[in-house]
Amino acid sequence: MNKTKKRFTEAYLGIYGLWLLAFVVAPLLLLLVQSLNLPGQGFSFDNYRDFFTSGPYLAMTVNSIWYAFLITLITLAISYPLALCLTQLKHRQLWLLLVILPTWINLLLKTYAFIGLLGKGGLLNQSLSAMGFGTSQLLFTNGAFLLVAAYIELPFMVLPIYNALLDIDPLLPAASRDLGASSFQTLKKVVWPLSMPGVKTGVQTVFIPSLSLFMITRLIGGNKVITLGTAIEEHFLVTQNWSFGSTIGVVLIIAMALTMALTTDRKKKKGGGRK
Amino acid sequence: MKKLMMTFLAILALIAALLLLEWGLTASRAQHSSQKGDTLTFYNWGDYIDPSILTDFEKTSGYKVDYQTFDSNEAMYTKIQQGGTNYDLAVPSDYMVAKMKKAGLLAKLDKSKLTGMDNLNKQFLNQSFDRGNHYSVPYFWGTLGILYNRQKVNGADLKSWSALWSERYKNRVLLVDSARDILGMTLLSQGKSVNDQNKADLAAAQGKLSSLMPNVKAIVGDELKLYMAQGEGDLAVTYSGEAKNAIEKNGDLAYTVPEDGSNLWLDNLVIPKSAKHKQAAYALINYLNRPDVAAKNAQYIGYATANRAAYEKLPKNVQNDRAFYPKQSVLDKLQVYQNFDQYWTQKYNDAFLEFKLGKS
Repeated sequence: MNKTKKRFTEAYLGIYGLWLLAFVVAPLLLLLVQSLNLPGQGFSFDNYRDFFTSGPYLAMTVNSIWYAFLITLITLAISYPLALCLTQLKHRQLWLLLVILPTWINLLLKTYAFIGLLGKGGLLNQSLSAMGFGTSQLLFTNGAFLLVAAYIELPFMVLPIYNALLDIDPLLPAASRDLGASSFQTLKKVVWPLSMPGVKTGVQTVFIPSLSLFMITRLIGGNKVITLGTAIEEHFLVTQNWSFGSTIGVVLIIAMALTMALTTDRKKKKGGGRK
Repeated sequence: MKKLMMTFLAILALIAALLLLEWGLTASRAQHSSQKGDTLTFYNWGDYIDPSILTDFEKTSGYKVDYQTFDSNEAMYTKIQQGGTNYDLAVPSDYMVAKMKKAGLLAKLDKSKLTGMDNLNKQFLNQSFDRGNHYSVPYFWGTLGILYNRQKVNGADLKSWSALWSERYKNRVLLVDSARDILGMTLLSQGKSVNDQNKADLAAAQGKLSSLMPNVKAIVGDELKLYMAQGEGDLAVTYSGEAKNAIEKNGDLAYTVPEDGSNLWLDNLVIPKSAKHKQAAYALINYLNRPDVAAKNAQYIGYATANRAAYEKLPKNVQNDRAFYPKQSVLDKLQVYQNFDQYWTQKYNDAFLEFKLGKS
């Protein structure tokens, strides 16, 4: 009995391992090889040298990290209180469903909806002018870009935090209050540290995809915000310099791996961060 | 757990039912169309043919047409190069014809099998990208120009590309997100060619372009026509085809080609080397070359047809629309893009990227 179970586990792990090898490890290796293999020149580090000595690409890297940081900060600032409220509500499953609902809709459709909302004759501007403020340019601004990006990433921040908060034993905050801590002290010294795993997962799931956003930069930002995602798209679709596109991809993956390493607890794995 | 399993099973059952339905529909459709059994795979831009033309062609010729679409020349090139699907007829633009020819992806056309070539406008034959038209047959053509809102901008001010740099248009201009086109129009405004391969000229163009930034509101792709129709911008640098779509949505818009010249783009029918049904491909080219068919197609798409005989069949108001069928003096100044090698493609794109990065 035990033996068959063990064999089953081994077979399962084997299939999973093959899957990982074929669809995760192999593509990453291909990307790396592609980035080092210059068309007509063979193996070379030239792409990496060009990347790190080129002003525009460094500027785009800075842009990508800066905007991803801002998007993460904004979503975190909105999500934490939101998740905290959600855990206190009566019908929390229903409210949670409302938070998740927008993720059922295609990203592109949501972005196009924002074009309608933020446009010159859009709902927002109509309301503004009705209130006597006059219309203002909303589309193609950094603010609009951050708003839309944060809106799209919001559920991915709320969910892990919500789960982490739910996992906290309600007796702990109660004990803290009993021992004379104020609400704020309880939040700061008990709830916040205990919800850290959820916050870290949230930061990862928002920061990492935000690094390579490209569709919204053009549609909402009007290409006034240029990130590495834009450059990758261009190298694969327009200049067809796949080699250099791969180089940028590798740089981004390294940046993502760094983010993971910095935000993951090394000492002990906690159960938080379920999605 | 049981509930989860049931959900999975329900999803699987639903997929199976849909597949069955799809299979049933295809089977019944296949029965309806009498055919020789040959299916021609036509690889074209989205919505770039009157669908009724394809239906008529299927009826008269007996071939079945599988219409597949792409949204950029580069995407099409990659697909054809990688193989996998055998496309029988494709529609690359001018510079892409040269590139595909060079890469050995195109089959040489057998002129004896082509009919109706006399119907085509000589102006669009024998172009630099395919001298003698050994590989390509022109389909539609157009220009790069300025789409503007007549309520906000006086069209008479737009005689030259340099007008875009005017202080009046501060933060009012939309640009199409394309390195070649935007640098091309800047080069034209400096009296240079769109195919300029001179580092100093390109640097000068980049310098001039960067001073356009205060006027630029956004650099966008296909959405440009939507934004212009919504009044998001007052002027836009875009292609005549896109302009046509925008004008249909918003009557205040108009399109003009500056007199200092512009780009002439041509979309062409080609047969890839990997084509499996060349006979059918010739049949469709010949069908599309017929004046009545080409005129019908031009009416549907709204682009300028390369078929002279079809042009003469179009209504007078279309024929005289100078925005889309410019007068000869403008036509003479149009330049076709030559295919750039990797080095110059990169140069132009890097220059454009630096321009985009420059903060306004």
